[in-house]
Order: sequence, then structure tokens, then C-alpha cells
Amino acid sequence: MTEHGVRWTTEQVLALAPDAASRKAGSKLGAAGPWSGAGGSGEGTVWGLCKGSGSRPYQTVVDLADAAGPAYKCSCPSRKFPCKHALGLLLLWAGGADAVPVAEQAPDWAEQWLTGRRERAQAKQDGNGGSSLAADPEAARRRAERRAERVTAGATELEQRLADLLRGGLAAAEQAGYGLWEETAARMVDAQAPGLASRVRDLGSIPGSGPGWPVRLLEECALLHLLDQGWLRRDRLPAGLAATVRSRVGVPAQADGPPVSDRWLVLAQYDTADPKLTTRRIWLYGAESGHTRLLLSYGAAGRAPELSLPVGLALDAELSVFPGTGQSRAALGERFAAPAPAAVRPPGLSPAEAAARYGEALGEDPWLESVPVTLASVIPTPDGDTWQLADPATESALPLTPAARSRPGLWRLVALSGGGPVTVFGECGHHGFTPLTAWPEGPGEPVTLC
Amino acid sequence: MGGTSAAVRNPALVTPTGAPDQRTSPDGAHAPAAPRPAAFASTAWEDLVTTALLGTDRRPPGRTGAGRAAPVALLDAAAVATVRRRAGLRAGRAARRPEPAPADPRPALPGAAARRLALLLADRAGGAGGGRRGSSPDLMELLPQWLAAANARGYAAPPQTLPALLDAARGRTDLRPAALAFAGPRALWLAHLNPDWRFALRAAPGGASALPDPEDGEGLRRLWDEGLFAERVTLLTALRSRTPSAARELLTSTWPTERAEDRLMFLDSLRTGLAAEDEPFLEQALSDRSRNVRATAAELLSALPDSALAARMAVRAAVCVAVDRTGERPGLVVEAPHECDPGMERDGIAAKPPTGRGERSWWLGQLVEAAPLTAWPDRLGGRTPEQIVALPVADGWQGELHAAWCRAAVRQRDARWSRALLGSPSAPEAGGPGAVSLAERAKLLATLDSAERAEWVAGFIATHGLSEAFQLLGMCAVPWAPPLGRAVVDALDIARDAGSYPWSFSGVMGLAERCLDTAEASRLDALLAIPDEREDASPGAGGYWAEAFQRLVSTLRLRAAMAEELS
Repeated sequence: MTEHGVRWTTEQVLALAPDAASRKAGSKLGAAGPWSGAGGSGEGTVWGLCKGSGSRPYQTVVDLADAAGPAYKCSCPSRKFPCKHALGLLLLWAGGADAVPVAEQAPDWAEQWLTGRRERAQAKQDGNGGSSLAADPEAARRRAERRAERVTAGATELEQRLADLLRGGLAAAEQAGYGLWEETAARMVDAQAPGLASRVRDLGSIPGSGPGWPVRLLEECALLHLLDQGWLRRDRLPAGLAATVRSRVGVPAQADGPPVSDRWLVLAQYDTADPKLTTRRIWLYGAESGHTRLLLSYGAAGRAPELSLPVGLALDAELSVFPGTGQSRAALGERFAAPAPAAVRPPGLSPAEAAARYGEALGEDPWLESVPVTLASVIPTPDGDTWQLADPATESALPLTPAARSRPGLWRLVALSGGGPVTVFGECGHHGFTPLTAWPEGPGEPVTLC
Repeated sequence: MGGTSAAVRNPALVTPTGAPDQRTSPDGAHAPAAPRPAAFASTAWEDLVTTALLGTDRRPPGRTGAGRAAPVALLDAAAVATVRRRAGLRAGRAARRPEPAPADPRPALPGAAARRLALLLADRAGGAGGGRRGSSPDLMELLPQWLAAANARGYAAPPQTLPALLDAARGRTDLRPAALAFAGPRALWLAHLNPDWRFALRAAPGGASALPDPEDGEGLRRLWDEGLFAERVTLLTALRSRTPSAARELLTSTWPTERAEDRLMFLDSLRTGLAAEDEPFLEQALSDRSRNVRATAAELLSALPDSALAARMAVRAAVCVAVDRTGERPGLVVEAPHECDPGMERDGIAAKPPTGRGERSWWLGQLVEAAPLTAWPDRLGGRTPEQIVALPVADGWQGELHAAWCRAAVRQRDARWSRALLGSPSAPEAGGPGAVSLAERAKLLATLDSAERAEWVAGFIATHGLSEAFQLLGMCAVPWAPPLGRAVVDALDIARDAGSYPWSFSGVMGLAERCLDTAEASRLDALLAIPDEREDASPGAGGYWAEAFQRLVSTLRLRAAMAEELS
């Protein structure tokens, strides 16, 4: 890998920031002013001394070359990872070789940490013989059985509640209030079925949520019923579908699919946060396999999820999918090299093909909300008070989801298009299309929309 | 159970926004007679919804599966129908597409500059107002400079930055002209689609710089006769900066038929490119029906030193000021006007003073302000402006007289008189309060060329320090000339040694960050160290000063990098 291939763009560095405040603070340190002794190995390790308000400058090192993901060390007292100094240093480095020249040898304080990390990583790989295997397969089987019994009891109870609801009529659901659903969701958590619990919580937010809510409530109740039934008869389902049901119910599984080694292009990365947990979704596209895969990474309240892969980089790595038909979720296995900028773009579909793709995917997983697709040469078009992505060749179009219409990313997409065609990656489902990343028609870097 | 997983492709379209009755056939035309299975599925679905709403106790479903209780059978059917409906979704029909944005012929920004812009704009979100400024640069404060440099080089904005640029321009009117110029034609196209950015269309009437070609006399005439008020003002202003006489001729042709408040705005546009040829028209406007129009015409005429009005004013003012040689030293005596006759009123003198001012001094001030300064040396014994300003003035009229001369020097852009009235920057009275206030000094400075201005302010700061200098610094050309920059840095250094805190000088500090020549950065390194605290020093001040100078140096380096990236 050449030195030039390794430098990231500003956006890619900023995507590592744990929160908006760090992004801002890091941006301000991304200039040569406070830095001295900055240098890089040319293979993705960068170091520098940052002058703070104290008399001793902070020692900052970043290792992007590590296959296990970026690692940071800084002598500042901040508990954020990466801290603003690490971000500033990376921004400086992204600015070019003038600010952070390639050096033969890292200074001692940086070298110690880097070699220490390398040795520990090596030791971990060597010692990975059999320690991770379950200590007692018999005990594990008994645990799984006990859990399945609990889930079965939960699903049965939930079926009862749904039947009661339909007996009395959905119109009455509006008066029942949210408490009833919240209590049922808590019972599902006790039953060790988090997938059922979160569906129940979503159900609770539908009554009275604007015109057409009874239709939406019936749809969601029916799909929840379908999931309960799937669980209760999982032994009679094809193995793939049974695995899908298990994962939808929330039974943990190992990503045991065969590892697929590829150049995985990062298509999109976005976070959704609730009070307890931040969930990061990263969509990857395999340049050779053509697979689109989803990585999930979690962060406890207020912490950024650990995994961060900036859009537009490609990563040589192995991915293994989780069990289940129609499953795009995968786990990141071994990484062979640090992520590097790539000019690969996923091939695109027309709006009609994208809609059909969602329909086909529902055959494998009826609970799917959306599928990842790339639309080629579509024009963002206002349609009354909504927007759509229109294909001028076929005069067909997909509407944007209501949520996507109110995000600032919409305007970046419209500005990029200027009334002309663009390539857009996003999620296509029964609510419409959620654009996540766009490319200009000619050459140009991807623009993130989320 | 497996039935749902082999979802039937439904030939009818259900728009993803949900209403199940909006069905169109695949070719997009509304088709009430949809294929049978679809119609059946849809009525069946509506039937299911009705049953679910009322409850199966009240409205048992028609057919239940073998051995299934009514609510469970209903859920079974609804699950099949739901998955079928979702699987059957088709793309909808494309709406009428927006007109493509006009092409932007400017070259694309270099990559490094585009990255820098993204950083400057990222700083905009959620700025921490107030508080300590720390040691890192205020990026948002550098955006105006960045935009000016990018515009000077004629680069095009990267399209994806347009929303952030428009938002920045929306929040800060001072950024608007440069931000909109940089954002270019595509930003106006975008503003048509988003009501939040309507301001951008107001700034450019008609949503584009659709001025007719200056050679196209007929097009100009048509726009002038038929355009909206804002379009006509824009036309006049634009023409005035290119061919002033053509603008005046347009205005003259319709002058009597314009409304009074419109006449005032049109007249105001003549400030640009004002010249002796405008005199006949302005002279005629002196007898306008509207008092405001009359006053503006008079003000414009008095800015033309050779105009008849200026000559009339010179005669009136000369009567009021004379050299008195009866004392030991010559001095000036002032005899303020005793009345404001109709001729004076017609020439724009306001007869009624504001509350708390004497009539006669009010008239005197206006006369001297409107009289050409070139007339005074002859009237006052062939003295130069410097000598005239140095003469003592009897009976306490000095303030009134000098203030009026200051206003005249600013109005007539007379550098020689400005210099005389400013006096020496190191004179003790220059620090105020003298006959000439700091605000007036700032205006006088504007008539000097930039080098002389910088030199005067540098001299002022060297003598009087920074506390009074903020307004004067604001008048100086950016980047500051070396002597001025050094004077400011030295004064900051002195302020530090004198034991004050940097936030007492935050205004000047902020200016220095934006205006110092970036080449000065290396000379500031000596100031970055934290000195040992002396017994009598303000606690902690040393650290804060080091931080403030650190920010100053970082900002200068950053500005140098920005300029480099854009070159």
C-alpha cells in the first residue's frame, strides 16, 4: 500500500468522532498551530505533540493500520475515545504530507505503545487455540432449552393478549393507553424474547398516531402473530426460516456462515439512539461477491459504538453472515489491511427493480421493513409536499419515507443532483425509500446523507 | 404457515404511503376495474380492517379456518394479506421533474480547499456562545475571509455544501453577499425548492441575475417600465456602476410619475458614480414635493464641490466664519446664521433643530457641512487646512465648527482636510476627548489611502494603547500593514506586562486573529511561553495570555494554510 493510498478524507476522520462536541473540538485542532513533532509511518500510524493549556504538550498516537480497528492513545485526561487531540491529529494528517511528513522512526514514547500493542495482538492470535469454545457443551444445551421454554411461554401469553385485543376491537386500543403495552413488553423481556418486546413497544406507539393508524396497528399485530406462530411451530419450518424466526424473536446466535473474503466498500454508516443504547448500522458492499452486508455495533448510553468505518473507504476483510434466510447481517471477522479510499461503486437498479427486490426478500423474511438497494441515475423530484426518486428512463419513481423528507440530508441530495441524475444508496421498504449515500453522475466522492 | 413466505405478487399498486384504496394499474393510469384477484384481495383487506376495529365479538368474520378461534383466524388472514400487500408494492409514477439547475461554469475547488470548507461549515453547528475561547481558532469567524478568497479566485462551491452555505447565510446577514456569490446559480435553484431559503431569492430579484445586456437598450427600457420595484432598483444600481448616465436618463424619463418613497430610493442609487453631469437633475429635485427627496438631493449636490448648490453654501458659510486679527494671535470668530431663509431651506437645510439644540448652531453646522472645503483657504487668509484647524476659535465655537468640518471632509472625501482634522496620532488630545470624537476619526480615516490609514492608527496605538483603538482598527485594510500589525502586537505585550487579563482586549484580539498578516506568525513565538508569575501579577493571567497568543498564532497559521489551499 502506498503512502497516498492511506490518507483519509476529512469526512472520514470526522466520522470517528464519538459525538458532535468532539467533532467540533477536533476540527479546531486540525491545523498546524498547536502541533509539533508530528509524523506518520506511511502505513497508517500517526503521532504528534499537541500544545494544550498546560506546560507539557499532550502526546498523541493513532494506529489506523491495526486490522482490529483504529486505536488511540493520548496523555490528555479526556475519557472520550478518540479524544479531540487524536481527531485533530488525524485531520492534520488528512490535510497532506506537508503537515504530517512520513518518518522513518516513531519517537520513543509512540514506539513503545505501538510495539506493545502489536505484541499483545500477536499473543492473542497465538493463544486462540481452544479457549473460546464453550467449557461445557452439555450445560450450554441445558441453558438454551430453558431459554426456549421461557420464550414459548412468552409467545403463548402474547398470542392470548393479541386475541383479546381483536375480540374487543382495535378501536378500544386507543383508550387502553400505553401502560398496557409497556407492561406486556416487560413480560416479554422477562421471557428472554427481546425481539418480541421491542415489537410490542412499537405496537404501543401506533394507536392515535395520525390518520390510518388502525390499518397500521392491524398490520403490526398480524406480523407479531405470525412471528409468535413461527416460534411455536419452529420445528416444522425449513431450517433457514426457523433461524430467521429465532433471530427476529431475539435469541442470540453466532455468525456461523462461511467467511467471505472480499474488498468491502463502506456504503453508509448511521446511528440510531434510544436512552439506553446507541445502535450503529454500517452497510458494506463486496466488490467481488456483490453481496450487501450489515454490521451492527452498539454503544451504551452516551458512548459511541466501538466500530467506525467511514463511508467511501474499502476494507479487505472476512465477513460471516448470521443464520437465517434473507439475512444481511454479518459479523466482521479477520481484517487483512486497514481501510483505504476506494473508487468502487455498487451497480444500480431502477425503482421498479428495487421495489421487486423488496417483494422477493419478504418471501424469505416476511418481517423485513426494508432492503438495501442502490438506485442508478435517479432524479430527486418534489411531488406535492413529498419527494420521490424518479427514473427518467422508465418514468417510474419511489417516494421517500416521511422521516427522510425532514432530514437535512435530503437537501444535500437535492443540491448534489441539481435536477440531474445521481446514484443513490439507501433502504427501500413499505414506507418508501430512505436515502443514505449519493454519488454524482460523473467522477466524485460519495456524499453522506444520514 | 409457510403460505406467507411464498408471497403472491400482486398486480395492483399500493402506494407505500399506505392508503389501500389508491390503486392504479401497472401503466400508472387509474384503473377502477383492476384485475379480479387484486380487487378481491383489497375488499377482503378492508373487510378485515373493519372487523378488527369493531372486534370479533361484535362482528364475527365470515369464514374461519378449521378449528381456529375467530380472533386468531382474523390475525391469520391479516398476516397473509399484510405480507402480500407489501410484497406487491410497485414503483409509482414519476412526478413532473424540476427544471435542471443552470450550469456553473466556474472551476471546481481544489480538494484541500473543499475539505477546509467542510471544516469551517462544520464549526457552525451549535456554536458555544460566550465562555472562554480557549487556545484554538474560531473557524466560523474565518468563513468570511475564506469566501472572499474563493470568490476572488472564481471557484465553484461543491454542490453538497450548498445547504450549509445557505443556512450560514440565512443566520448571518453579513455573510450573505459573499456566501450567495460563492454558492452560485445552483443555490438559487435550490432556494426555489425550500421556503427556509427564500431570503436568497430576495437578494437576487427574479431568482437570478437576469439583468438585460447593457447594450440592449430596449430590454433595459422594458424592465424599467414593467419591472417590480425591487427589480427596478437593482437595474438602476447595476447600470449606475457601469454607465451612470444611462441610469440617470432612465430615471429622468419617468421621474414625475414615480411615488415619493420610490423616488427617494431611486435617488439614493445615484450615490454610485455621482458626477457633475448629475447636477441639473439633482438641482431640479431640490424643488421636489417630498421633503426627504429634497434633503437627499441637497446632500448629493453638496458632495459635488463644483455644483451651484455648493457655491451657494460656500457664500452662506463664509459669512459665518472670519479671521479675527484684533488679539495677540489670530483666531477665528463665528457668527452663526440669524435665520433660515426659504433659499436655505430649498437647499436642504433643516429649519427645525432636534430637541436640546440651539437653532443658530444647528443651522451653522449644516451650512459648514455642506460648503465645499476648498473655499476656506481663500476665505481665511490663504491658510492651509492644517493652519486653519490650528487657529483658536472664540466663544466656545470650536467643537461645533470642527465637527462640521469633519462631516464635510467625510462627505466630500477630502483627504487633505481629514489629515488636518485628525492631527498627529501621538498628540495627547488624539486619545480623546477632543473636538473630534473617535467615531468621527474613524470616518475621517476612511478618506485616507490604506497605507496612510494604517500608519496613523499604528502611531495612535503606540501612544494611547489599545483601549480606544477598536473602532479605528476596524477601518484599516486587511491584512494589516506591517507597522500596524507590530504596533498592535507590541501593545498587547505591554498590556500583558501591565497585569491585565486578555479578555479585557477580546475585541482587539479577535480582530488581530482575522486581520494580522499571516507572515507575522513566526514573530509571535516568543509570546507563547507562560512566564513565571511575579509577586504583583494578576493570578493566572500568564497562562491565559499564553493561551490567547496561542490562539492568535494558530489562527494565523490556519489562515496561511487556507490561502495556500485556494491559490
